[in-house]
Amino acid sequence: MSSYLIKNIQLANGNVVDIAIENQKIVDLAPNLTFKAEVIDGSGLIAVSGLVDLHTHLREPGFEGSETILTGSKAAAKGGFTSVHAMANTAPVADNAAVVEQVYALGKSAGYVQVQPIGAVTVNLEGKQLSDMGKMNKSQARVTVFSDDGKCVSDSLIMRRALEYAKSFDGVIAQHAQDPALTVNAQMNEGDLSLKLGLTGWPKVAEQAIIARDVLLTEEVGSRLHICHVSTAGSVDIIRWAKARGINVTAEVTPHHLLLTEDLVSDYNPLYKVNPPLRTQQDVQALREAVADGTIDIVATDHAPHTKDSKDCEWGEAAFGMLGLETAAAIVQTTLVDTGLISWSRFEEVLSTNPAKIGKLTDQGQPIAVGSFANLVLIDSNRKQTIGLEGESKSANNPYVGMELNGVVKHTLYKGTLTVKDGVVQKLGETND
Amino acid sequence: MKHLLSINDLTKSDAIDLLNLSAEMQLVNKRDVKKLPALNGRTIVNLFFEDSTRTKFSFELAAKRLSADVINFTAKGSSVSKGESLKDTVGTLEAMGVEGIIVRHHHSGAATTIANASWSSAAVINAGDGTHEHPTQALLDSLTIRQRLNGSDLGDLTGVRVLIVGDILHSRVARSNALLLRKLGAKIAYCGPATLVPVSALELVDEIFYDFDEALSEGFNVVMMLRIQAERMNSAFIPNAQEYSTLYGLSDSRFESLSSKTLIMHPGPMNRGLEISSSAADSAQSTILEQVTNGVAVRMAVLYRLLAQEGKA
Amino acid sequence: MSLRTVLDASDIDRAIIRISHEIIEANHGTENLLLLGIPTRGVFVANRIAQAIKKNYPDFDIESSIGRLDVTMFRDDLAVKPNRPVTPTEIPVGSLDEKTVVLVDDVLFSGRTIRAALDALVSFGRPKAVRLAVLVDRGHRELPIRADFVGKNLPTSISERINVHLTETDEEQSVVIEQ
Repeated sequence: MSSYLIKNIQLANGNVVDIAIENQKIVDLAPNLTFKAEVIDGSGLIAVSGLVDLHTHLREPGFEGSETILTGSKAAAKGGFTSVHAMANTAPVADNAAVVEQVYALGKSAGYVQVQPIGAVTVNLEGKQLSDMGKMNKSQARVTVFSDDGKCVSDSLIMRRALEYAKSFDGVIAQHAQDPALTVNAQMNEGDLSLKLGLTGWPKVAEQAIIARDVLLTEEVGSRLHICHVSTAGSVDIIRWAKARGINVTAEVTPHHLLLTEDLVSDYNPLYKVNPPLRTQQDVQALREAVADGTIDIVATDHAPHTKDSKDCEWGEAAFGMLGLETAAAIVQTTLVDTGLISWSRFEEVLSTNPAKIGKLTDQGQPIAVGSFANLVLIDSNRKQTIGLEGESKSANNPYVGMELNGVVKHTLYKGTLTVKDGVVQKLGETND
Repeated sequence: MKHLLSINDLTKSDAIDLLNLSAEMQLVNKRDVKKLPALNGRTIVNLFFEDSTRTKFSFELAAKRLSADVINFTAKGSSVSKGESLKDTVGTLEAMGVEGIIVRHHHSGAATTIANASWSSAAVINAGDGTHEHPTQALLDSLTIRQRLNGSDLGDLTGVRVLIVGDILHSRVARSNALLLRKLGAKIAYCGPATLVPVSALELVDEIFYDFDEALSEGFNVVMMLRIQAERMNSAFIPNAQEYSTLYGLSDSRFESLSSKTLIMHPGPMNRGLEISSSAADSAQSTILEQVTNGVAVRMAVLYRLLAQEGKA
Repeated sequence: MSLRTVLDASDIDRAIIRISHEIIEANHGTENLLLLGIPTRGVFVANRIAQAIKKNYPDFDIESSIGRLDVTMFRDDLAVKPNRPVTPTEIPVGSLDEKTVVLVDDVLFSGRTIRAALDALVSFGRPKAVRLAVLVDRGHRELPIRADFVGKNLPTSISERINVHLTETDEEQSVVIEQ
């Protein structure tokens, strides 16, 4: 196990310090430290707590053609993440203890990030019967986040029961808000453009109506609710209202919904096909402001790898989803920090502290202080990068190719192990505890 | 101009050139020897993933009149029904040396995807993609209107007022026509139930009517009826066929209320008695059969323009 | 660039009169004659030839004996030359079977325009005979085509351009070689 001395690193609060790391933890933190260890030069870099993704699709078991837990973990590390929550829509679905324990074990043996499995809310994501939520919570995987993401828990009774049942172990239900009846065969945001392109629309109300129902259910039941990938200004308004009433709801936004809009769909390029769909500039602006004012608590990638074949076809046949792990930090810096909307402290909150809190990960999202686990990402915020096709992910459905973004992840430390050095994912020796 | 995917690919003068060239092609189609050597030795494929008799025959005839070799590819009974991807199907055609692909597909944007992808270097003509566009239909409709209203005039359609009635939401004909008629200076309105005529349609047309009788009292020069499909009744867009017909059908009485100069158009195939009565469809004001004849000439003009004049890619 | 006038206005008038006599002589009269001008200038030349014939043979019915044949769609160089507009073709009513068609053009050069004209004629019928009248033959044939009636033979070099000006569209009337 290596020790490190990070010299002259700027923290989110602006202070420049040295950080000494030993045995997975931060053992000393102050300017001008003396400590015998491999030196990492932090000059010109910013350190924030290792990023935590509350919404990732690692595709294993079942869809290893597009990603595996190993390749996804590497992509995450490259993006500055030290933990990812793996969504349950695998094959078989993660609706029982056996599957979540398998995912947990594979994550541990890969060793690049802390892979925290998410359990399905309903059996086989069918929305009819609650899954083994309790057993998943008690298993080695210690599941506390439950989601049928990919699908909406649309039956009001099931959603109520899920919220109530999860109270038993302080679990949180993460809802993919999409009324199925209003979005049959929906392809893109419903509006003027969808009419011109002849694509079936995905109306904003289909997201908003579910959020409205669910926050009221949460209030009624006294439980915890999390809204996945919020995509509309109207949704933000409802969440703001709910929080003002004291309802225990948290919300996430994806990097792509902070940057991309529906006009990219005009050429029918399936790289821009995603669920929920890209919306308008007004929605993008409202979402950015919501991250700044606290209505939206976290940024989560919804990293959704797809094989080349499922994107190299006509729009109607193409799969929904975009990559996100490797570009998330740069997008949040470009759209929120560099535009003056948020500070680096808020950056750390939305990408690390808050997701760890919602996921109840005690070893993640800790303040950079003596005694905390050394989960750190060192970002060169002054460098720009033009996004290329090459990446760690097994898939290539990256909608940002050719775009210039601000900020590059230089080093990532996962519990004191350097997983990324000088922007290059490292080969790991043995597994980490 | 390499492909014809949407009316937006044409400038106003491109569109008028095509109409004028179509008029020349109409003359060729009246001769004893209906043949031009312009596409001699070129190979064109009709790539039809949706059932269509008239459009497919129309394109086949147009290509043959220009001396091209035509292959017909239907989705049924081909490898596509066994699940071959569009990419592989197009790749196979490319390997066989096809230079022009006329495609009709159930997915909006399919023609655009084929044109933009690296699967083939052929010229692509959109013969109807999902609910997006059907450019040659719009061209033949405009040609028909011009000839009926303006005779042999070779100009645009300034001052002409057109009413398009029916399931606008799902109609590629309604979209392409609105784009082209507007480009040619005409004024257009849509009419139908609010479930099938979204407010966004005001991006495409000048006015929306939910009341058919009110629309008809405005004295449009052209009334274009669209086909209503059974699926719409199943997805709760309209209560049932009877109600639709009562409110939006061009019945005998509505037809009689029109001036004898009003053109009645329909892209076909018609549901006689549902959206259009037989007396309207068979009247002297009806251009339904002319539209079919003009379709061949328009498609000859488009093929000539894209393949004879632009040369090999 | 140098310009050299090889035919002036009166040279052109005389050439047209002579051609009109030659056509009538070869045809043994004015019966069943059909002059088809190839747009644009061939049409003007055809008109003038018809007028000249009429002067000497008042019974000659111009209306049924003159037309225009647009050959654009039959050309073999569509793919390589810029977009040529198609102009109307007008052929008087009636079968071509008994007619002697005289194709009329201003300049005969490679011969490809005339080949396209012969192809175009085929779709209208089968004339008894087809002749060719041109105002200027500048040589450099690429196909085995020859004119029956020639206003002037003008040997040229390939790099030269021949410009025909007629009062129907230009200010003056002349044939000019441009170097």
